[in-house]
Amino acid sequence: MIGDLFKETVWSLAGNKVRSGLTILGIVIGIASVIALVAVGQGAQNSIAKNIESIGSNLIIISPGSQRVGGISQGGGSSETLTTDDADAIKSEIANISAVAPSVSKRYQVTAKGNNTNTQIIGTNADYLAARNVAIGSGSFFGDSQLKSSAKVAVIGPTTSEDLFGTDADPVGQTIRINNIDFKVIGVTVAKGGSGFNNQDDIVYVPLLTAQHYLSGNSYVNNISVAAADQQYMTTVQSQITELLLRRHKISDSTQADFSLMNQNDIIATASSITGTFTMLLSSIAGISLLVGGIGIMNMMLTTVTERTREIGLRKAVGIRKIYINLQFLTEAVILTFLGGGIGIILGWLASLVISKLISLTAQVSLSSVLLAFGVSAGVGIIFGFYPARRAANLSPIEALRYE
Amino acid sequence: MIECRNLIKTYISGDVRTDALKGVSFKINKGEFVSIIGPSGSGKSTLMHILGALDNPTSGEYFLDGHEVSKLDDDELSDLRRNKIGFVFQAFNLLPRTTVLRNVMLPLLYSGMTMEERNKRAKECLRYAGMEESKFMNLSNQLSGGQMQRVAIARSLINNPSIILADEPTGNLDTKTSKIIMDAFRELNRKGHTIILITHEMDVADCANRIIQIRDGLVERDAPNKPNDHVI
Repeated sequence: MIGDLFKETVWSLAGNKVRSGLTILGIVIGIASVIALVAVGQGAQNSIAKNIESIGSNLIIISPGSQRVGGISQGGGSSETLTTDDADAIKSEIANISAVAPSVSKRYQVTAKGNNTNTQIIGTNADYLAARNVAIGSGSFFGDSQLKSSAKVAVIGPTTSEDLFGTDADPVGQTIRINNIDFKVIGVTVAKGGSGFNNQDDIVYVPLLTAQHYLSGNSYVNNISVAAADQQYMTTVQSQITELLLRRHKISDSTQADFSLMNQNDIIATASSITGTFTMLLSSIAGISLLVGGIGIMNMMLTTVTERTREIGLRKAVGIRKIYINLQFLTEAVILTFLGGGIGIILGWLASLVISKLISLTAQVSLSSVLLAFGVSAGVGIIFGFYPARRAANLSPIEALRYE
Repeated sequence: MIECRNLIKTYISGDVRTDALKGVSFKINKGEFVSIIGPSGSGKSTLMHILGALDNPTSGEYFLDGHEVSKLDDDELSDLRRNKIGFVFQAFNLLPRTTVLRNVMLPLLYSGMTMEERNKRAKECLRYAGMEESKFMNLSNQLSGGQMQRVAIARSLINNPSIILADEPTGNLDTKTSKIIMDAFRELNRKGHTIILITHEMDVADCANRIIQIRDGLVERDAPNKPNDHVI
């Protein structure tokens, strides 16, 4: 009996390859597009979240505010209003902070052993490691004595190390030249990932005082990174810093502040509103694909069954019981949707992989999107494959045979 | 073997009441070749549906091999059609894009019979119906009208039915092919099969040994006939 059912189903599907193929194609496209779209959306969201986290947690960044020269704003960050003394004051006067790292940064040409690269030089102190989630891979970071003595030592990022010394070389103990001054490499940081303009692996750290003496030539800093001891102190710490700096800079009106504070939550809030919109967009596209795919499947199934009403009538007339006719159509719908679903899942997954390769982003195929896409397509396929067939099988054979 | 007692069939569509059969009674014995003839609207199609266990009468009794057919449910009617009745339709009604052999085996689906047995029986029936062996694996849509009707006849024989019910079997065929098909029916009857032929053409009806004329839902005339082989 089951053998008959299976053979009859396969014969029937194979007997009309175009019809079966088109039905499967509809299911494949619906499922594959949903899986690929959702994978790309989630990949993008994860990559953005990861980037933000790599900046450092509980981080507050103080930047110099815009300076006004005769009423004309010079733009944010252009002013030289923050000093090392501000950073020291924050460290000594404000509670519940774990790190304060003032820093200056500028791009220089760096040379070593005849190789050279243009990279970001950051002058800072040891707190920078904690504030910005930087870890040392080999060697060590500079300590207090080296900071105070303006020692000409440098810690370099793994990308810089590769650019200057080649792969697998140990740069610790070697000398690099920045702005015609020799620096001794004392450590290499662990790779953080990230790419492009703001690559945190293509970087050279030097002691703050050294940078101020030999490179920038003044005592100002470009920004101060402050890490709160815990997430819960973020608000208090922020308001205390604002208060302290206003007092130190002798500004009474807070709207006239010559500095600005930004915390990681601000960045996360901005980023998540962007990724939220992005996810909404992708979800709507996925939803529309699913709807269109579903309508396609429904159409195909309905047409098929309508076309086959006479066949159903004949089967009934020659004495095949209703239950076997129903079972055959149900089996056909199940085979079609599962075949299409399987191919769709594989294709969607492959598409995600290809997209991951094309744009540097790890698309993540999620189980929920696979289940949703498969569930909707299979549901639509089976309902619209089975229900009209059931209706046709309930017709009297004469009516079904006469059906045009 | 077939007995109809006062068959009445009434269709009600909205307020309109149509009496298709108004009390039809007759008996058909094993081995007979009967034509049921009548103009369109006479009720002969309705009668054929009831005889073929495709439809139930509104009232009256229909016995087929001693079974009271009008009391059966859908599945029991299916079983009865499969085991006792062979259908030959005007429009042939073969499965499209399907081989001749599989078309003939269709009623054997879900019977539990082995594939070899089905093949053997289907081939026997096809030969019996005069189909050439070389065409057994052809697809049904590659056949001529006459060949399709032979396949349909072979299919009607597959379960060795008590009666063969042919509904306008020559309606879609030309005169020459019609004669060949009618000869095939006469041959089946000579071999002992009971045949009921429904038609509106006197020429076709004239091949039978008995003619039942239906008009306005009643039997108008029921008389033996001396078949005239030369008419068609």
